[in-house]
Order: sequence, then C-alpha cells, then structure tokens
Amino acid sequence: MSGPTTSSDPAEAAVLDPQRLDAAVTDALAAIADAGDLGALKQARLDHAGDRSPLALANRGIGALPAAERKEAGQRIGRARGQVQQALVARQSELEAERDARVLVEESVDVTLPVQRVPAGARHPLETISERIADVFVSMGWEIAEGPEVEAEWFNFDALNFDPDHPARQMQDTFFVDPPEAGLVLRTHTSPVQARALLERGAPLYVAVPGKVFRTDDLDATHTPVFHQVEGLAVDKGLTMAHLRGTLDHLARAMFGPEVRTRLRPSFFPFTEPSAEPDVQCFVCGGADRTCRTCKGTGWIEWGGCGMVHPNVLRACGVDPEVYTGFAFGMGIERTLMFRHGVADMHDMVEGDVRFSRHYGMEV
Amino acid sequence: MRVPMSWLREYVAVPETATAEQVAADLVRVGLEEEAIHGGEVTGPLVVGRVLDFTEEPQKNGKTIRWCSVDVGAHNVRVGTGTGTDPGTGTGAGDAAGRPRGIVCGARNFAVGDLVAVSLPGAVLPGGFVISARKTYGHVSDGMICSARELGLGEDHAGILRLAELGVDAEPGTDALPLLGLAERTVEVNVTPDRGYAFSVRGVAREYGHATGAAFTDPVDPDGPPPPAPTADGFAVRLDDGAPIHGVLGCDRYTARVVRGVDAARPSPAWLQRRLEQAGMRPISLAVDVTNYVMLGVGQPLHAFDLDTLTGPIVVRRALPGERLTTLDDVDRALDPEDLLITDDGGRRVLALAGVMGGASSEVSATTRNLLVESAHFDAVSVARASRRHKLSTEASRRYERGVDRDLAARAADLAVRLLVEYGGGEPSGVTDTDLRGPVPPITMSVDLPARIVGVPYTAEQVTGTLTEIGCRVEPSGDGVLTVHPPTWRPDLRIGADLAEEVARLRGYQDIPSVVPVAPAGRGLTHGQRARRSVARALAEHGLVEVLSYPFVSPLVHDAFGLAADDPRRTALRLANPLSDEQPELRTSLLPPLLETLRRNVGRGQTDLGLFEIGLVVNPSGNATAPRPGVAGRPSAEELAALHGAVPDQPRHVAVVLTGQQVPAGWYGPGRAADWTDAVDAATRVVRTVGLVADVAADERAPWHPGRCARIEVDGRAVGHAGELHPKVVAALGLPDRTVAAEVDLDLLTALSGGVRRAVPVPTFPVAKEDVALVVDAAVPSTAVEAALRDGAGELLESVRLFDVYTGPQVGEGRKSLAYALRLRAADRTLTAQESAEARDEAVAVAADRVGAVLRGA
Repeated sequence: MSGPTTSSDPAEAAVLDPQRLDAAVTDALAAIADAGDLGALKQARLDHAGDRSPLALANRGIGALPAAERKEAGQRIGRARGQVQQALVARQSELEAERDARVLVEESVDVTLPVQRVPAGARHPLETISERIADVFVSMGWEIAEGPEVEAEWFNFDALNFDPDHPARQMQDTFFVDPPEAGLVLRTHTSPVQARALLERGAPLYVAVPGKVFRTDDLDATHTPVFHQVEGLAVDKGLTMAHLRGTLDHLARAMFGPEVRTRLRPSFFPFTEPSAEPDVQCFVCGGADRTCRTCKGTGWIEWGGCGMVHPNVLRACGVDPEVYTGFAFGMGIERTLMFRHGVADMHDMVEGDVRFSRHYGMEV
Repeated sequence: MRVPMSWLREYVAVPETATAEQVAADLVRVGLEEEAIHGGEVTGPLVVGRVLDFTEEPQKNGKTIRWCSVDVGAHNVRVGTGTGTDPGTGTGAGDAAGRPRGIVCGARNFAVGDLVAVSLPGAVLPGGFVISARKTYGHVSDGMICSARELGLGEDHAGILRLAELGVDAEPGTDALPLLGLAERTVEVNVTPDRGYAFSVRGVAREYGHATGAAFTDPVDPDGPPPPAPTADGFAVRLDDGAPIHGVLGCDRYTARVVRGVDAARPSPAWLQRRLEQAGMRPISLAVDVTNYVMLGVGQPLHAFDLDTLTGPIVVRRALPGERLTTLDDVDRALDPEDLLITDDGGRRVLALAGVMGGASSEVSATTRNLLVESAHFDAVSVARASRRHKLSTEASRRYERGVDRDLAARAADLAVRLLVEYGGGEPSGVTDTDLRGPVPPITMSVDLPARIVGVPYTAEQVTGTLTEIGCRVEPSGDGVLTVHPPTWRPDLRIGADLAEEVARLRGYQDIPSVVPVAPAGRGLTHGQRARRSVARALAEHGLVEVLSYPFVSPLVHDAFGLAADDPRRTALRLANPLSDEQPELRTSLLPPLLETLRRNVGRGQTDLGLFEIGLVVNPSGNATAPRPGVAGRPSAEELAALHGAVPDQPRHVAVVLTGQQVPAGWYGPGRAADWTDAVDAATRVVRTVGLVADVAADERAPWHPGRCARIEVDGRAVGHAGELHPKVVAALGLPDRTVAAEVDLDLLTALSGGVRRAVPVPTFPVAKEDVALVVDAAVPSTAVEAALRDGAGELLESVRLFDVYTGPQVGEGRKSLAYALRLRAADRTLTAQESAEARDEAVAVAADRVGAVLRGA
C-alpha cells in the first residue's frame, strides 16, 4: 500500500532504480507465467505483488524521494505494478478456466447406467383402448353411459324385444343368477344400458357404453366367457341407417386407420330392425386369400352387430317411434384389440400376465 | 344350413360358371352369412375297385389285416412297369392291360366281389392326407380302400365303404369322384333365427334369386296345380287344442297322407342318400329319408308313422297331467300340460311330441309297408317351449320355432308321397287336410318409410317392386300408404320396419351412404369416469400393472380369507349355471381373483410384482325378485323402482397387490422388498388422486395381518383397507410370504370428491422452521401426535413432517421418539423468533396434553 512514510528503507530505495524495477517486473511476469495452478499463482501474487514484494516496497519508497522525482518515479512504478497486476488477472482467469474444465471432466459419469429404480407399470390394453373409443365418441358430442353387470332380465332381454319364446333368446348363452326366478342375469351384452339410458334421459340421446359382458363360452383362443363391448345408441328425429354407417365408419377409421374398408351385412337382432353386421376388410389378406385363417377366406371379419332401434324397444322405454328413430351398435373390444394389434390368442388378454400389459405400456 | 350346389341349381338358375365361393359371396349380400364350403376335398385318382381275393394275415399287434387283390380296371398295374412289385394274390381276373393292385386293408366288412372305393397313389383325401404306395405289414400297399369317413362322406369308420350300400354299381376303374358326389361342393350358410324359411334349399334358392336376379323355380309352387283334395278314406284327424298359448292354436293345419304297399327293403336312391349326407343328415330308410329330403328341400318338417300301428282317429291336443311318452331317442319323458301332442285312438295313446319328435310306438320299422305321412303347421311358440322344456332340439323343432311356411303342408306331403311311390313302389291312398287357419292381418306402411329409416331415397316403384319380388302382395291404399300382405313363408314380417329392411336388403346395403350425425353439445366424461382414469393412470405410473380378472370365485375363499361367519363379504351372489362348479359365486371383493392372478404370475417366474385392478364387486341386496313388466310402453314408476331395487348394489372398487422387490437391488445400492407401506401408499395415492385427503388408522380386518392393517378414511368414513396379508391367508392361498394388498371403494371416493376447490393465497413472507422430537408410548399412532401438533401450532403452521422415528434405550422400553419438522409462516408479516417459538411450544404442550408426549431431552 502506498502511503506517506517517514523512514527510508535501503531496499525500498534500491528498487527505485529503473533497472532494478524492470528486473522486478520481469521476475514477477516470469513467476506468474510459470504458475501451473491456482495455488502457485497465489504464491506468485504474494511474492511479486504482496506487501513485501519489491514493487510494493518501491511504491512505499516514493514518498521518500525528493518532490521533483516523485512524479516520474510514481508513474514508472505505477506502470510496473499495473503490468504485473494485469498478468495476474489474466493468469488467474486462465487457470480458473483450466480448473473448471478439469472438474467437469473428473465429474463425468456413465450416463448409460440403468436409472429406473421402480420398474415401469402399465395399463391393461383393453382398458386403454376402451378409453380411446370413449374419447372418439366424446369428441362427437356423445356421452359415456354405464350400467350394472348383474342385470335384470327385463333390461337385458324383455325391454330389447327378446320374446321369451323366440330362439333369439337362446342365441346368447346366458349366466343366470341363482335362483333363476329372481330374474337376474349377468348381462350378455351392453345393450341393456340402451334401455336404462332411454328410460332415464329420454330422447334425443347419444350415448356410448363400454363395458364388461358375459356369456357361457369356455375360454379358448378366440372366446372368453367375460369380454368387453362398446355399445352405441343414438335416438333423435330423422336418424337413418346412413347415420349408423357414418358413425361406424368414423369409429373404424379411428381404430384401424383411414384406409380401412367396411361393409354392412344384413343380419338379425331382436332389438334392431333393419339389422346389420358391420364387417371390416381382412387385415391379413385383404380378401385376396381363400385359405386365409383370419377371415376364413371370406375377405371380411365380423366386428359386431348394429341396426335401427326396433320400435318395440323405443315403446318399452317410453319413446314414441312415430316421432323418433334411432340406431344402435355393439362392437367387441377384444376383437378390436385383436385386429388393431394382431393379438393372436384370447388367453393373453384374460390371464393377467404382466408381460402382456407391460408390452403396451401406457398407450395402445 | 348346408346347400349342395347341384340341389341349389335345381331350384334356381345358378350360372354354369358360378363357383361355390361366388354363390356364398352372393348369399352374404342378402344376409346369409357363409359358414363353410364343403366338398371338393378329395382330389386325384379315386376309382371303383372290385375285390378279387384276399388273405387274412394276423399281426403281432393283435390285428388281422387283409392283403387284397383289387381290380381297378384301367388303373391296374402295367406288367413290368408297375409299382406293385408284390404280385399279391391276384388270380389273373384283372384287366388284360395289367395286374390287379395289391392293397393292405384293416377292415373286414367286405367280401370277395364287393365294389369298393380305392384311392390310388397321388390321391389326396380330406385333411390333406396324401396317398402313396407304401410298405406296411410286410407288403407294398398300392393304394387304399376307403371308409366313408376317410372320404368325408360321413362319420362311418367302422369298416370300409361298400359301394352297394350307396346303390352304386359301376365297372372297376371308373372315376368314383362324380359317382360318390365327391366332386360336388356344398355351401353352408348361417341362418339367423328370424328366417326359418331359409332352413331349406327352397329358401336359400329364393334368396340367391334375390341376390343375383337368377330365375327361381319354386319346387312347391303355390300357383302350380293344387295337391290332391281330401278324400273320404282319409285318416280321421281331430284338432283339439284346449289351451292355446297367447290365443294361438298349437296346430292350425294338419294334413295326412296314406301310402300303402311300400317296399320296406328298398333303400333310398343313391342320389337322395348323397344329398342327405351333403346336407349333414344320415340316411336311415326310404320312408325316413324321404321325409328328411322334403324337409331339407322345401322346409316342411314331416313325420312318417307306421300306419298299421295306428288306431284312428288322430287327435292333436295338449298333454294331460301325468302322461308320458318314450320318444324316438329312447328317452321316457314326463309330459307337461302345455306340451302339444299327436295322439291316436281318439286321444287315448300318445304318439308324438308335436313338431319336436315322434314316439317309439308308432316308429317306422324295417317291416313297415303302410305309412301315414304327417305334414302339419304347428305354432312356433308351442314348439319352442316344448323343445326347451324337454331339452330336445331337432331338425323339426328348429324349423317350427323359427317359423314354417303356413301354406306348405299339403304340397310338401304330396312331394313326399310321390317319392315314396316312385322309389318304394307304394300306392297313394287316403288324403286328410284339417285346416283351421285364420287370416293374417296385412301390414300398412307409409311408402316413404324405407327411405326415412334407411336413408336412401327409394322411389315408390322401388319399394313396391322389391316387396313384390320377395312375394308380398302390395295394394296401394292412397295417401302414400301401402297395404302389404307378406308371403306365407315370411311370418317374420310384421311391421313396417321389417319391410324397410327387406327393401334395404334387396336393394343392397352397399347403397347406404355414410353420414356422421351431429349430436347436441355433450358434457364430456363424468366426474366418476375422469376420476377412474386418473386413478388407473396414477397407479400405472407408480409402477403397478393393471390386470383384468374373471369375477368368479369359490365360496371356500371366504374361509381362506379368515372372514368371520357374519362377515357381509360371505354373502355372495351365486350363479345358477356357473362355468365351473368350483367357482359359482360372484366376487364381493376384488382381492380373491386378483391374488389368483398374482399367483399365476409368480408361477410363471414373475416374482417381483405390483398389480392393480379396477372392477365391480357384487353385494346382494336381499331376496328381491326383478319384475318382468310388459313392454308395450314405459314401465310405471313403481315397476321401475322394483326393477332397480332388485338389481344388486355393484360398487366399483380398486385393489392393489404387491410382492417381491419393489426396488430391485442395483448399482445404486440395495433393493427394497414390498411391505405394508407399499399397500398403504397405494391406497392413499388413490385417495389423493381423486383430490381427497386420506386419514390412516390402525384396524383389524381379514384378510390382513391384525398388526399391519390400516383403515383408510376420508372425512371419518372408511373407504378401504391396506396392509400386509395375514400369514395364514398367505399360506392358505399359496402366496409368497409378506404379500401385501389394498382395496378401496372407488365409487364411494368419487361420491365424496369432486367439489370446486376455492383458491388460497400463497404467502410470500419468510418461513420459520422448528424441529421437535417427542417421546410417546409406542402404541400412540403417529397420526395422533401429528394432529395434536397441528392443533397446538395453530394458524401459523404451514406444514408438519415426521422425519424420524427412534426406539431404543435412550427413550426407554415401550416408548418411541418421533421427530417432526414444523414450518411456520404468517400471511401478513415476518414471524419473530419469539412468535415461532411460542407456536412450537404450544404445539408441544397440546401433544403432551393429548398423547402424553414429552419433549425429548427435556
């Protein structure tokens, strides 16, 4: 530090000599340049710019000079100190940069190590695809209705124009609750929710009903006693089979892609008239292979059942068939998943093996 | 329904070039779905052979084979070049062009001189069975003598097929494919239950005509010459239905024809037998085959009685209490007063269950010479009920319950009589026709109804034309309304919508445009649906895998779960017809099936598992019986209430089960096995996901470990349980040790949640932190300590977190130390050290007061 001094130190006075000063600067710059790390630089700073360094001493010596020499010596010493200071700052920043770079290198890790400590979970693909189907209908302004799985026979059959004596009643192999006189069954289709929704909400009505249904089939590669359907019901003024076809085509494209081809085939269901079965073109052979196992060579795969709501159903639900028409359909969700993803065996869907669900993760 | 192509061509002009596949495709368009195509499975050389000689050779395996010499005419082995190097036992009676073939045969039902069907090397039999000359039983068998089953001609495999059985006589060497009808193909279509008329070649041929425009020739043309009129010597018949169902006579027409002097020994002609086989029926005897042939051909079930066993008159009546009948299948059946019967002797003896099956007493036998052929029209409901009641579904009952042409009886009977006369040498005799049929009301339909329902602008001409084409008589009655009389074979046509379907079907469903309807603006998913999705996603993202289990359980599981005798979960709904008698009940908890799924996964080597399932459980609501109100209109409010009341409560639950390593050991450190905390964490996670706060309390509930079971509560209501399973349950169910589980009532949760949460301001003044360690009795739940701290700290408390639990000598036996971090903050100022300390002291004081907490080190 410069400051007025009264004493005169011979060493201080010596440094005032220009040659000695230059030598001190040269020494300082060399030491700074030689400093290999921040510790060495700190030592160089102490030695060459510290309180006891020649330059500091020289600076302190200025006060002892005659007034006439002070200015010139002050400038000279100031320049020398500035030069050293600058070199120190520069070297400091160089060494810091080197250190920072080295630390980053030292801290590097194997980022490819497995990091997931909790293994990934998964949704069941049947549930995920049900949600996807529901979203398709919600996007059209429909609502998602639900109903019980143990259902009154009246909702499952009678209200849907299944005459107790008609062979159609035996078409669906039904689980009956004991005793059978209780009039309860495991619903054989999601269609009873049609009747429930109509009775509850009336017309106009646009609802889709995904859910679990039951038939007394043994489990095999293509059948399961517990499966899923999505039911659709629209009742409004002026609805026609064209609207039914449009809705099914929209769903088919959403499920199977824009290129999918569909057809309606005349069929029979007690609760629809006219009735149809929607088929989609075979995903495997496209109709080109008479020996195709997927479509049994017909080129088409059954997807479900559909039709215009039978006037008797509307009447049983208190809707005037002279005013309203409606259409309804029911699609197998297992079948949809099989077609969409090429699931070959129903066992995989029902056995709950985690490897099946994990394969799909969170999306299908 | 199986329709042989040649039979179809007899009734409708199928183009020469049309294949079975094309016919099937045409039929699909009008709603007859292809089930299969049969025939054409035999290719290559199949020829007529004559057995010239054979030697029987007993084998070491106990069998005796016949080493045969078979003359196959032009296919005999050329001398010097043949493959049949073994000369066999041929006697030289073969064709001069070569030696007879040597063939090994396992059957023994033939004699020297019999004509047989021989498949020669190169032939392919059904199932892709390729015939080649092969060494067997010490000979080279140069072909195969075929059984009926090997040729796909039926199920008979007791011996080889002797061609004489089929009435086939031809020179050895003749191509047997056309002789046996094997070149011919049969289209099998699925007939929906509304269209009984299509259960006949006549019906399918008519539909083929509709589909393609090909000319249809009705084999029983209603406009053709009338069948013989009733005669005075006709067998006496009385229709006496004392209890019609729904006011409909069980039998409204009964025709009967007598045929005398039929030669019982004469078999049916080969072509007729072949057609029956192609259609899937077994030839039996001429009389039976003829009735079946007519039924398959035109759709009218017939029954042939042995006339000599009958005593007139025949009476068609309902059964009397206590009556019994032994049907043709040799089952002695107790009859129900609703069963419609054919009786004779003035009603004293039961002959047959009308429209279902005949009785043994009047069965046609090998000695029958005089026949009574019954051709009647029975009510569909009456037959359907009898068939169901007696669990007896027959070719006849299947047709009657789907509806038989009400005008067919006399003509079909005549067809049968003519065949019996032609092939059995019989004499037609008495004719009976008892006819009580009433008129069928016509359908009135607005001519634009098809367009309005189908969405295709059909013209009036198209509508009328199509309905006329399917056989309707259509009368315009002004104002665009049509009066439509459906044809007699279409009892399924009852209302305008039925006719609209006919118009759409025949014009083609492919004409229907595709138009997306515009629904009114919707409300999106319900709160419950969104909550369910969130819960499923939250659990899956937490590492659990969703599964779907069958809801069927064994009642034994309640014992395995250790449920108390009065536990409501023991009261399960039982199925009357379960898939498995071991699992007749519906789950009252998701856990039994879910644990079974867990076990299956463990068995497959997946030992570290976390599964969840969302599904309904069924809580029976008592003994209410669901009513069956009429369907003519909306049920009354009372009826609806009774319906809803009878359907059991079926809340949606979510359950979680875990076992094994939840965090596997890794390079980062040791793993962590599933324990009770995972179950409680999953349960509270579910509660949190729907926006609620879970309170956890200790509980004792099966199937959980009594010391490791948490009750999950929301606002004081139990919503579920979680924890480690009882070791006995684990052992009883064969689960891995320390399996943990949770189950939460998701419906209850969503009902409790869903309100709109009001905002709270976020204060920005500095936080003050206070840590306290409290020593309490080991039995004091941490939630009680925390609640006391919260109440004591008051409004300034922002959060409290338990960060350490210590038990050991420093706190003494039966005591534990709980260390909490309190965060305190005021909304309007920076708290002073004194304020913060006061809040802490107050918190400790309340904890001391409520749960006996002592500040640790104090």
